[in-house]
Amino acid sequence: MSLSKIKFDKKIVLSFWIILIALIIAAPTILPVFRLNLLGRYLSLSIVALGVDLIWGYTGLLSLGQGIFFALGGYCAAMYLQITSSSEFPNNIPEFFALYGVEKLPFFWEPFRSPVFTFFAIWIIPALVAGLIGFLVFRNRIKGVYFSILTQASLLVFFNFFNGQQKLINGTNGLKTDVTQLFGQMVGSESMQRIFFWITAILVIAAWFFAKWVVKGRFGNILIGIRDDEPRVRFTGYNPVIFKTIIFSIAGGLAGISGALYTVQSGIVSPQFMTVPFSIEMVIWVAVGGRGTLLGAILGAVFINYAKSLVSEALPASWMFIQGGLFILVVTALPEGVLGWIQGDGPRNLLQRFGLKRKIETYPSLEVNNKEGNNE
Amino acid sequence: MNNKNLLNLIDITVSFEGFLALNKLNLNLRKGELRAVIGPNGAGKTTFLDVITGKVKPTKGEVIFKGKSLVGRKEHKIARLGVGRKFQSPRIFENLTVKENLEISVTTPKSPLNLINKSIKDEQLNEIERLMKIVNLAQKVDSKAGSLSHGQKQWLEIAMLVGQKPDLMLVDEPVAGLTDEETDLTADLLKSLSGENTVVVIDHDMEFIRRLDSNVSVLNQGTVLCEGTMETIQKDQKVIDVYLGRPED
Repeated sequence: MSLSKIKFDKKIVLSFWIILIALIIAAPTILPVFRLNLLGRYLSLSIVALGVDLIWGYTGLLSLGQGIFFALGGYCAAMYLQITSSSEFPNNIPEFFALYGVEKLPFFWEPFRSPVFTFFAIWIIPALVAGLIGFLVFRNRIKGVYFSILTQASLLVFFNFFNGQQKLINGTNGLKTDVTQLFGQMVGSESMQRIFFWITAILVIAAWFFAKWVVKGRFGNILIGIRDDEPRVRFTGYNPVIFKTIIFSIAGGLAGISGALYTVQSGIVSPQFMTVPFSIEMVIWVAVGGRGTLLGAILGAVFINYAKSLVSEALPASWMFIQGGLFILVVTALPEGVLGWIQGDGPRNLLQRFGLKRKIETYPSLEVNNKEGNNE
Repeated sequence: MNNKNLLNLIDITVSFEGFLALNKLNLNLRKGELRAVIGPNGAGKTTFLDVITGKVKPTKGEVIFKGKSLVGRKEHKIARLGVGRKFQSPRIFENLTVKENLEISVTTPKSPLNLINKSIKDEQLNEIERLMKIVNLAQKVDSKAGSLSHGQKQWLEIAMLVGQKPDLMLVDEPVAGLTDEETDLTADLLKSLSGENTVVVIDHDMEFIRRLDSNVSVLNQGTVLCEGTMETIQKDQKVIDVYLGRPED
């Protein structure tokens, strides 16, 4: 990458930063609670999108099963909230158990009495499940479209399992969180929702920095190497299985955090988090925002979801067409996504096409090098 | 058998659903040797490299490298033992810069923890600079490898191979698509690498092989037809029949 390009990128990144922080600070005062809550939910979705970008944009693993890890994180959070708010119910266990005649808390609920355990479970359990699935798949050198199909099949397995377990986790009804209590406050209350918005905003930024740290330097270069030519990485002495398992596990952990934040802000976690279309949408956010850009994943998730809610309010039936059209547009016209197009030579090429900018006469690198020379 | 040998291939047979890609192939390499391997298309040259590097498991036979058997070991383990490979068409990481490509090759240990935790060692940076000078890419440090010319890509891959510090370098058609001048430079480079390293070069280009001035093994139908200096094999009637077709001057 040339020097001027880096400056250019920095400017864009910086301005987005300022806008983003200003938005986050101003949001609770300028947005009504309903909108603020929506924004908080979409911001939490951007964390799962960051994970998708790490595994797909950088490492070339197109997972259609991120909903598994997203839902696991959501269930961990919801189980804690349900259990800490169950003192007034029969047998001191969550209310729904009574519907199915369950009198004793299933054993795997027990650890979720502890807030510390839950805090770690939210990201470690999805990360471990992802690591296990990933290791088995990668060790057998399953990749490409077979990997995608396998992750989607796993998603369906989890979906069907969670759907059918009324006596364990309330099956298809899911677990409600909005009427539960956290630190003496109702989770669904305005003040709590405002706090969740702040937590989400901070965690999105933290997750973004974490993802940037992961892909910077040699570790990230190996991920790109695996994406572009995995056997070459292997013959150079690296074990791609370990690298892929690690990054898939990281993406799983991010999905778990994302799912937990989404759950407390939407008031419920249910097997609907593990439907096939939802996991595919996650991929669309990243594709539209820009694969391999990280920031594009965040912006894609937030803007597409916000557009979805605005369009759905105005023209209820039309969103699916718009989303489909958006995806087709990106695949055909902007294969690098919107941010990838901006970071590349997209805007300049467009201006050139309308005759608004002079064409470069030699190779881009030569022109740029000359400019650098002049600057010095 | 021969303790001085770096590599022994013993009766290697590779069968792809009945088709014998290699048939009882025997080949020994001394430490520090430069060896050229030639053969007509389908003679099993690339399969021979695949067997050594672990990509293909031999149906029968044994590969002994530095006294250890390589059969059944994973590719990355074999690479870490000291077998480096350059592919037929240049295989570099096009989306990474020249420097990043070389970093991937010189980094040790090649574990995720080392890569994410620590920055690259100074001696490895020096090694990268040395390599870039050898292959004339010093000016291209921060260029994307994908923007290099074909010849530069070939050279970058050779530099990556050297950077891995392998005891055994397997070089598959290093001069395909290179100009005459680049071919000569490559031959000199490979010659200078042997002695300290053991180098196996596979190629079709007779002029290039002659310039290497090394022992030559001729493969045909998955087995070694003949071994010796260029002069010897050019006079060998069997070789002339299957490969050269006509006597060369």
